[in-house]
Amino acid sequence: MQIQQQPTQQADAIDLMINMGPQHPSTHGVFRLVIWVDGERIVRAEPHIGYLHRGSEKLSEGELYSQVITLFDRLDYVANLNGELAFCLAAEKLMAVEAPERANLIRVILCELNRVASHMLFYGVYGLDVGAMTPVLYGFRERERIQALFESVTGARMMHNYIRIGGVKEDLPDDFGKRVTTLLDQLKRGIEECDELLSQNEMFLARTKGIGAISAEDALELGVTGPSLRAAGVVEDVRISDPYLVYDRFDFGVPVGTYGDCWDRYYVRVEEMRQSIGIIEQAMYQLEDGPIMANVRRILRPPKGEAYVRTESPRGDFGVFLVSDGSDKPYRVKVRAPSFANLQALQHMLRNAYVADAVVILGSIDIILGEVDR
Amino acid sequence: MTIQQLALYSAAATGLLVFLSVMVLALTWLERKALARVQMRMGPMRVGFHGALQPIADALKLVTKEDILPSWADRRVYWLAPIAVFVPALLLWVTIPVTRDLVLRNLDLGLFYIVAISVLSVMGLVMAGWGSANKYAILGGLRAAGQLISYEIPFIMAILAVAMLAQSLDLRVVVDAQADFANILIQPLGLFIFLLAGLAELGRTPFDIHHAESEVVGGPFVEYSGAHWAVFFLAEYVNTFTIAALTVLLFLGGWRWPAMPFEGVAHSALSVAWFLAKTYAVILVIFWIRGTYPRLRIDQLMAFGWKLLVPLSFLNIVLTGVVMFYDLPLWVLGVASVIVLGGVFYLISKKPGTEIERDTITVHAASTLRR
Repeated sequence: MQIQQQPTQQADAIDLMINMGPQHPSTHGVFRLVIWVDGERIVRAEPHIGYLHRGSEKLSEGELYSQVITLFDRLDYVANLNGELAFCLAAEKLMAVEAPERANLIRVILCELNRVASHMLFYGVYGLDVGAMTPVLYGFRERERIQALFESVTGARMMHNYIRIGGVKEDLPDDFGKRVTTLLDQLKRGIEECDELLSQNEMFLARTKGIGAISAEDALELGVTGPSLRAAGVVEDVRISDPYLVYDRFDFGVPVGTYGDCWDRYYVRVEEMRQSIGIIEQAMYQLEDGPIMANVRRILRPPKGEAYVRTESPRGDFGVFLVSDGSDKPYRVKVRAPSFANLQALQHMLRNAYVADAVVILGSIDIILGEVDR
Repeated sequence: MTIQQLALYSAAATGLLVFLSVMVLALTWLERKALARVQMRMGPMRVGFHGALQPIADALKLVTKEDILPSWADRRVYWLAPIAVFVPALLLWVTIPVTRDLVLRNLDLGLFYIVAISVLSVMGLVMAGWGSANKYAILGGLRAAGQLISYEIPFIMAILAVAMLAQSLDLRVVVDAQADFANILIQPLGLFIFLLAGLAELGRTPFDIHHAESEVVGGPFVEYSGAHWAVFFLAEYVNTFTIAALTVLLFLGGWRWPAMPFEGVAHSALSVAWFLAKTYAVILVIFWIRGTYPRLRIDQLMAFGWKLLVPLSFLNIVLTGVVMFYDLPLWVLGVASVIVLGGVFYLISKKPGTEIERDTITVHAASTLRR
């Protein structure tokens, strides 16, 4: 039998190369991680990306502005609305259009719901990563409820194409208020249930506490953003430091960790779900009747120029850089994908980890390959 | 051996095989249903009443699937491995009594035999891992070897303490010795050790490290398909059933009713039912654990085995020995056992040496962050 061998400094030791992915049950999409192990310990790790590259940025250059939105749906495919929002905000900035009040509040409500849905997915698959098979079903129950609401609003469970440049596609359905109230009640209970099921479990703590720790300096230097950065102890949230939409009027908390280990990254997300629920409640309270679209033309021709917009997607700082040459198609679209940047910290985190930790650490950064590879 | 004896034994062996297969089929169905309940699902519902025929459909599917031989596999080792795992699992049942009379061959050294045979299945897993010529399989096979061998010690020690109480290695005598009190009252510590070591031997959650799906995909079984995989599967469930049955026999009083009004055949039938009911109760606990807990890491598993279970199992034997040597009443042992067990749980929850901070997340209010 043949085993690929990799000589190390020790003459008698042979490292075994193990290929995790792109077809492996725990690689979260088509991510390939090559690790060299000495027994159970990881000696070296090498991430390979690009298996899901669809050329979204280049494709965007050939589409009308309104058509690009569908491509942004498919970047971060578990938090679609957040992706749509980022592009629409960039285009609005370019055209100096301001979406009406009601549209902005609808966007906030849906995007925060999407954040909860995304974190619920993380919660579930993270349970699978550490070997608990039940959390995934609890997480998906909540996610499914949110998606049912999305379906009633946008017509689709996932690829919504709902947020438009200058507003949103349609007004909310009549029973939206009632549905959201029930949903929030269910979610609050669901989050506590999920928290109880996994967070303080001794074995879960043993598997995640102190594993894959990253310091605040390293995290900042590697460009980590979002929950993973906050877990390392950096208080940074685009919704506060560079507010967009109407986030500056909501009162919410920013959960921040201490050690930047897997448990902190996990629990920051659980806490974020609670905070998102709070934001949605406040936004629902402020929601009043009004127009949902700004006065924009059907074929958009933004003036020559460029715009960069940062948003806080569930994975971190989601930035869109948009260049217009005055035509009806963008000249250049660049996405600053948080998953891609966060993934750069993986090698750093994998130092001296065990094979079993590799899965736990990879899961804790919560990457979405659609966004990494674009 | 006469022809009659040969015929008798083959008939009995066939009967045993059928009994175990039926038990395994029931187990797979039960596991799916039990897990589904934990996870707010229905479980299999389509084939038969509430999916009752699902195990048969699965078995048919597995048998008709193609057997794949990886091109680099060590052919003989690869094909032999399932047998090497399954045969010890089956051999154990030679001496496990379902009731006093319903046993293939009761051995005076029954427990010794069980301990000796149960170690053998490790070899099959290592063979499977090596023969597959697959890195996940090798990693899984070696994990299995390390895990099963280290948990063999507390497993045997827990059995030994029970044998000391009963003054016999004969399972029938062990059960009879529990006529007044089941061993669970006298040796709760022993039950704790036995069940945990048993779970590790089975490779079930939280000790399912050797075939951890998220790490080594399927461990030693990753390359197997079809009927050969089914044999592994069968062996795994037979082992689950065995551990549960042994738990019942050693700690829960076996087939003994509190008071039995019946005689003869009725008595035997009721005993079997009672034994099976107890066994399935233990199995449900095992499934319950599977639905609830995450998996340990291999080094944590080893530390748990060597640093906690092994010393505890020795302590259990010493306690039993002291109580028996000085002829103290048995409740002393029970109380001492409970105290030690309580201490262990306290230690586990406190985690000496590793200071785990539970609440490391602070929530900053947005209003204080805004300038």
